[in-house]
Amino acid sequence: MPRIRYLEPDGREVLLELAPGQSLMRGAVDAGVDGIEAQCGGNCACATCHCYVRADWLDKLEPPSDDEQLMLGNVAAERRPNSRLSCQLIVEDALDGLTVQFPDRQS
Amino acid sequence: MVDSQAPIVIVGAGQAGMQVAESLRQEGFSGALILCGEEPHPPYQRPPLSKKWLIEPLAVATLSLRGPAALERLKITLRLETRVRAIDRSACQLELADGTRLAYSRLALATGSLPRTLPVPGASLPGVLALRGIADSLAIGAAIRRCAAEGQRVVVVGGGFIGLEVAAGARKLGAEVTVLEGLPRLMSRVTAPVVSEAFARLHEAHGVQLVFGAQVTEIVGHEGRVAAVRTLDGREYGCGCVVVGIGVVPDDLLARSAGLLCERGIVVDDCSRTSDPLIAAAGDCTARRMGDGELVRLESVQNAIEQGKSAAAAMMGRTRQFINTPWFWSDQYDVKLQMVGLSRGYDEVVTRGDLAKPAFSAFYFRADRLLAVDSLNRISDHMQAKRLLDHGVSPTPAQAADPLFELPSLLKGPRPATADEA
Repeated sequence: MPRIRYLEPDGREVLLELAPGQSLMRGAVDAGVDGIEAQCGGNCACATCHCYVRADWLDKLEPPSDDEQLMLGNVAAERRPNSRLSCQLIVEDALDGLTVQFPDRQS
Repeated sequence: MVDSQAPIVIVGAGQAGMQVAESLRQEGFSGALILCGEEPHPPYQRPPLSKKWLIEPLAVATLSLRGPAALERLKITLRLETRVRAIDRSACQLELADGTRLAYSRLALATGSLPRTLPVPGASLPGVLALRGIADSLAIGAAIRRCAAEGQRVVVVGGGFIGLEVAAGARKLGAEVTVLEGLPRLMSRVTAPVVSEAFARLHEAHGVQLVFGAQVTEIVGHEGRVAAVRTLDGREYGCGCVVVGIGVVPDDLLARSAGLLCERGIVVDDCSRTSDPLIAAAGDCTARRMGDGELVRLESVQNAIEQGKSAAAAMMGRTRQFINTPWFWSDQYDVKLQMVGLSRGYDEVVTRGDLAKPAFSAFYFRADRLLAVDSLNRISDHMQAKRLLDHGVSPTPAQAADPLFELPSLLKGPRPATADEA
């Protein structure tokens, strides 16, 4: 199963093996990774599952949808070029090793 | 007497209860933490129960707020299928339904709300359903599928969020649907007529029969099951099931019986403190006293989360005010409704966008000051409005209505411009 590396706001690392098809948000809330809120539960409605994707992985991801782009306009922490909503990132085999960092605040 | 070594106990394992537990750990509480829930499920999200999950009930685990590993990591002791019968405040103990007692050092109440019931004959017939938890959503989904298969109609009583989301779901599942609304328009408690009308057109375009001014007087049974809904004008709406979505009442019975101050819910301040310094409360079960003295009840995920955070802080002796702008969302067919702010007391509404599509926002003002914005398929309006309201910056009604006016421009510059200066 693909392994996803999460970096919590304080820099601690959580490495999870996740079944393909679920979102990075789901994996994080199931495991109790710090730094994610996911208030709307993965409906792209709240922008509280914001993460920074490590730069070398950016071009391997599906680009954000229009909705996600708009939602990213209202993240609580700084929006950066590598900002994504983790509820919109779906685990697949090709993403083995993907690394994302959660910011210090989500709301 | 309070035993300071006793655990912190949270009654209610929904969105608010889970948030209190998680935030207590984030606030540095390292003692024993017990989360009691009446249902057999670990804390889960409720919004999908009337939306996606109603149509496609995947595994219950897909609704979890936090997985088992997360609860273990947070050292939260879950006590499921545990009903609390009473709070003994003088002994700082809970009396459980099984007769045992549970001591607390501090207590959080997150008991949620209960669906309002129809006060008419036949309301408890089999086939008359209301939505609160997972079991209800499964039962409603099954009843709708049966209606669709047998060519029977689904009658939804109440044209509010839950009723309309269920109506949309029932149409997707192939059932004929009638919505009976007592007032002259949909969602009238929370939205302006222009929004109600857009949703009425949307539901009618999807084949839902909408009946306004319908006062339900009786649920008619046949062979021990629901068969029709009768209204005051004598009409009968034949159906295979009835879904009642006429609002909720705060579940404040425990608190009231224990003598806590309650008024349309457990009264809390901005920091989720109740009238007992050892007890906090959060979520749907509360009524929040605002600065102007008015009591406000919010039934939303965000309210549960914000009050949950405040309650945890209060239990740790800190103050954390709920100051974020309220927001809420609803999904009906392909329309995403996002609401931000509180529109109560508005005196003017202007719209921005395309009403027919629908892809527009309604901006609510009082004395030219922005109070709230409802957006239908206008995520960028919603996001911009949230930022404006968070910053206390208001466009003028003319600016809000002008599609060429850039709302974010009000937030630029060395300091935010205000409506007065604009």
